[in-house]
Amino acid sequence: MPTLTINGKEIEVPHGITVLQACELAGFEIPRFCYHERLSVAGNCRMCLVEMERAPKPIASCAMPVGDGMVIRTDSDKVRKARKGVMEFLLINHPLDCPICDQGGECDLQDQAMAYGYDSSRYEENKRAVSEKYMGPLIKTIMTRCIHCTRCVRFATEIGGVEEIGLIGRGEHAEISTLEKAINSELSGNLVDVCPVGALTNAPYAFSARPWELRKTLSVDVLDAVGSNIRVDARGREVMRVLPRLHEDVNEEWISDKTRQAVDGLHYRRLDRPYVRGADGKLKPASWNQAFEAIATKLKGLDGKKIAAIAGDLCDTESMLALKDFMQSLGSPNLDCRQDGAKLGGGARAEYLFNTGIAGIEQADAILLVGTNPRWEAAMANARIRKRFLQAAPPIGLIGQPVDLTYPTQHLGDGPQVLAELAEGKGAFFEVLKRAERPMIVLGSGAVARPDGAAVVAAARKLAEAVGAAGPQAPEGWNGYNLLQRAASRVGGLDLGFLPGEGGRDLEGILAGAESGEVEAVWLLGADELDMVRLGEAFVVYQGHHGDRGAHRADVILPGAAYTEKNGTYVNTEGRVQLGRLAAFPPGEAREDWTILRALSERVGETLPYDSLGELRARLVQLNPVFAALDTREPAAWEPFGTSGPLEAAPFDLPVENFYMTCPISRASKTMAACTEAFVAAPASVAAE
Amino acid sequence: MLKDQDRIFLNLYGERDWGLKGARARGIWDGTKDLLALGRETIVEIVKESELRGRGGAGFPTGLKWSFMPKDSDGRPHYLAVNADESEPGSCKDREILRNDPHILLEGCLVAGFAMGAHAAYIYIRGEYWEPLQRLEAAIAEAYEAGLLGKDACGSGWAFDVYVTRGAGAYICGEETAMLESLEGKKGQPRLKPPFPAQVGLYGCPTTVNNVETIAVAPTILRRGAAWFKGIGRPKNTGTKIFSLSGHVNTPCNVEEEMGIPLKDLIEKHGGGVRGGWDNLLAVVPGGSSVPCIPKPICDEVLMDFDSLREVKSGLGTAAVIVMDKSTDIVEAITRFSHFYMHESCGQCTPCREGTGWMYRVMKRMMKGQAEVEEIDMLLDVTYQVEGHTICALGDAAAWPIQGLVRHFRPELERRIKDYKAKRQPAVAAE
Repeated sequence: MPTLTINGKEIEVPHGITVLQACELAGFEIPRFCYHERLSVAGNCRMCLVEMERAPKPIASCAMPVGDGMVIRTDSDKVRKARKGVMEFLLINHPLDCPICDQGGECDLQDQAMAYGYDSSRYEENKRAVSEKYMGPLIKTIMTRCIHCTRCVRFATEIGGVEEIGLIGRGEHAEISTLEKAINSELSGNLVDVCPVGALTNAPYAFSARPWELRKTLSVDVLDAVGSNIRVDARGREVMRVLPRLHEDVNEEWISDKTRQAVDGLHYRRLDRPYVRGADGKLKPASWNQAFEAIATKLKGLDGKKIAAIAGDLCDTESMLALKDFMQSLGSPNLDCRQDGAKLGGGARAEYLFNTGIAGIEQADAILLVGTNPRWEAAMANARIRKRFLQAAPPIGLIGQPVDLTYPTQHLGDGPQVLAELAEGKGAFFEVLKRAERPMIVLGSGAVARPDGAAVVAAARKLAEAVGAAGPQAPEGWNGYNLLQRAASRVGGLDLGFLPGEGGRDLEGILAGAESGEVEAVWLLGADELDMVRLGEAFVVYQGHHGDRGAHRADVILPGAAYTEKNGTYVNTEGRVQLGRLAAFPPGEAREDWTILRALSERVGETLPYDSLGELRARLVQLNPVFAALDTREPAAWEPFGTSGPLEAAPFDLPVENFYMTCPISRASKTMAACTEAFVAAPASVAAE
Repeated sequence: MLKDQDRIFLNLYGERDWGLKGARARGIWDGTKDLLALGRETIVEIVKESELRGRGGAGFPTGLKWSFMPKDSDGRPHYLAVNADESEPGSCKDREILRNDPHILLEGCLVAGFAMGAHAAYIYIRGEYWEPLQRLEAAIAEAYEAGLLGKDACGSGWAFDVYVTRGAGAYICGEETAMLESLEGKKGQPRLKPPFPAQVGLYGCPTTVNNVETIAVAPTILRRGAAWFKGIGRPKNTGTKIFSLSGHVNTPCNVEEEMGIPLKDLIEKHGGGVRGGWDNLLAVVPGGSSVPCIPKPICDEVLMDFDSLREVKSGLGTAAVIVMDKSTDIVEAITRFSHFYMHESCGQCTPCREGTGWMYRVMKRMMKGQAEVEEIDMLLDVTYQVEGHTICALGDAAAWPIQGLVRHFRPELERRIKDYKAKRQPAVAAE
């Protein structure tokens, strides 16, 4: 461990870190623009210059590895002068348009100019102006503000895995450019975060708020099953934007574009009051009382077996539990939280979890992806696989549709037969997995939502055990069997057993029953990804927040709260229990979902036994202790699961056709529509030409 | 004055055959196998002993640089990269070596490459050097044909290949790490140091980058011994050096001379004197556009070597002597340099990207006198803000000429400002 003297203070630091990091450890702040701890070192802004004994010139501390006996000064006149000089150079061609700049108030350049800048300018010449660049619907550019730190270039190249942005030209004419193309990456929104100035700003959010006006709420994302940690910024009742929040084990400090930009969908197509379908077949605004009355009338005397409930993808576990309890009190065993028809749940927890953990990907030395496009189903998990690829380039196999995942994959085939053959020890990739010390198998949620889903699970399990990814032959503490969920509510729903009870119907049974008239009432808790035609003549209650497919079919609509409008518990694909928090109140007469169920239960005379969220959560923990431990990943026991059976020949389909529109919120978002236009619809139109 | 028998470059003027036959006649490729038989360490020792300093501008001791290469390979190949991207305004010595004596460079490549354990040399040649490129490539073909390069170079058993890459016209690609980037096919931007090329260089492998002239003199040093080389010139500034004389001299030329020759002798004897006589001299830029100019009083006395010029706050650089007589607009001349550096800055790091343009614009006003007297000090301060704060030395090179100008010609700058003001005064009064 090298020992350094920094400003006269001796400090022992770990090997291999940089002088900048050592100074931070010693408690001395080093200003910087280009340095970013998750990106490669560029050393081009020169703001982090410090004085090193015996070096004739000041050194760039971000790029200098520590050495034993180094004597560093960060507070000498020479250093101060160097920093002021660099700051002055950065500012001479930077437009002083902070009052109209969206970065104002959260700008690195602004902050550091306060600390390290001169109070006036000596620059008498004309300032440089740079033309704006087109970078797609998510990024607004004001390139005159660019300080050429190249963080964006490094982010896109290294983390995003798309070499679509670069520095062209030289000297004063150097410009960041994408050659007038939209950056086709599901992580492009992070470019705005890494940009230290206002050159790249959030386009949909442009000129809508100032950072100091916003109320910041720490929450989690529900638009995919990763459970990215986010900060929701709201002004008044309106959610203005979503930013990533640091969580090393989940999303590091990035989020996907859907997580960040779909929030404008919270403003459109909202259900802000109850509706009841009238005798003329049209939905009419109603009061809560009338809505409850309509439901109570229908449910009165109805046999529990004729009632069913389906939970959607964005539900919090509290509301699912309330619905489950409510259904039980009505005597209905017909529950299902798997609206995609996945053949999961009811048994071992390891079956439906991403057991390795997202951070665990960084230890895998061989990866097999089955029937999944992680880039679209769980963008942050895909970013982690890419990170692992850059670290150690493990062999990555892919069964299913060949897609560009930002790292090279070996396409092994497209159907379950290939998986079955691997499980029997055939094929070269079996040897690759077998030889690997920590192999990893990732089963896509689409691969288990097929009629032969249970057999696919069984085959994957067999392969995992055969190659030592899981089970007795796996290394201590390693479980390489993973199911990559894509719905935020799924693991929570499975954990609390929102599944068919004794003699109950599953999704297929409910739909078949509704079609034939055996099921007379169906409760849709935010469930929109169904074939609504199959609900037949059934009386449908839709409880949710957006006027999407479910609401169109409903006979009674109960307006609920979106994820930013309620306190809720979510379990991500790894089985990590996290809390979402209320950032703004639901619009109009909409209410938090569990309170709606609680109120209705009283109305129909089956009062649910909890009066507060605290009591409901206590019930949750009582039902399944996993809910007690927040933000931890309990390894799931390796118990039997999966049912062997015949596999179909049909190739694996990818469940996500459009990354930007997968749920009622993103379907209501104008930004996501623009992205669809730019990135998903575009290739089709090109082909048509 | 260098004696004829001490010359290393015997065909500097292209009067003789540049091909293999002619080269052999001049003693090139003579007993190269025996030179290699000395062994790696001995070669490095001899070069160290000779006190040869790099001829590319910085004057770093060559033997020391070679010794930085790892003694044993860790599995990565070693490379020699030869910097033939001669773009320094005023400098044209490498061009003459390449076109008139390419074999002396190739022999140097083999010897130097062997001394650092390299099996390959990359010559990065300035793109505009068309004729030199043709001759260099022809010479390489000849050398392969004759078995001087290739699997068994000169029968020594050492495999050695030479590759030539053309630059595309960027001055910055003459900076050693930018050159490596360019060789790899990337944008020519200097790398951060450390790691130095001797640890992580071309394609991530240990690499030494040397100037053409440095490599070309190595075989002769080995043949004639370190003592001979050291006997020429002054201590720590030994050997011969090609000086490029240009500007207001009667006979501009390249000439191989002893290190430490008085500047006045150099100009009088080889340049045919300053146009209009020595007293008509205004200033000299002694080492290419990057070094500060020196006015006549200093020129009278100064010796042309690294340390003497450093003492007068200038530098030997590439020994490209640009002579300016009294008809020169010295401010305009330095402004032209500033424009060059603004144009050639790669734009990677802040002080150089922003500073070179700022300095040029102020200089452009100074040229006309359209400035305030206080701005001279501000300009000087800006040059100090650039100097030493950049990734590579281009920032320093942009700052030094202006520092030299202000140091020696401040009264001229002040006079222009005063004249400009005076010229505008009546107009204001008339209003």
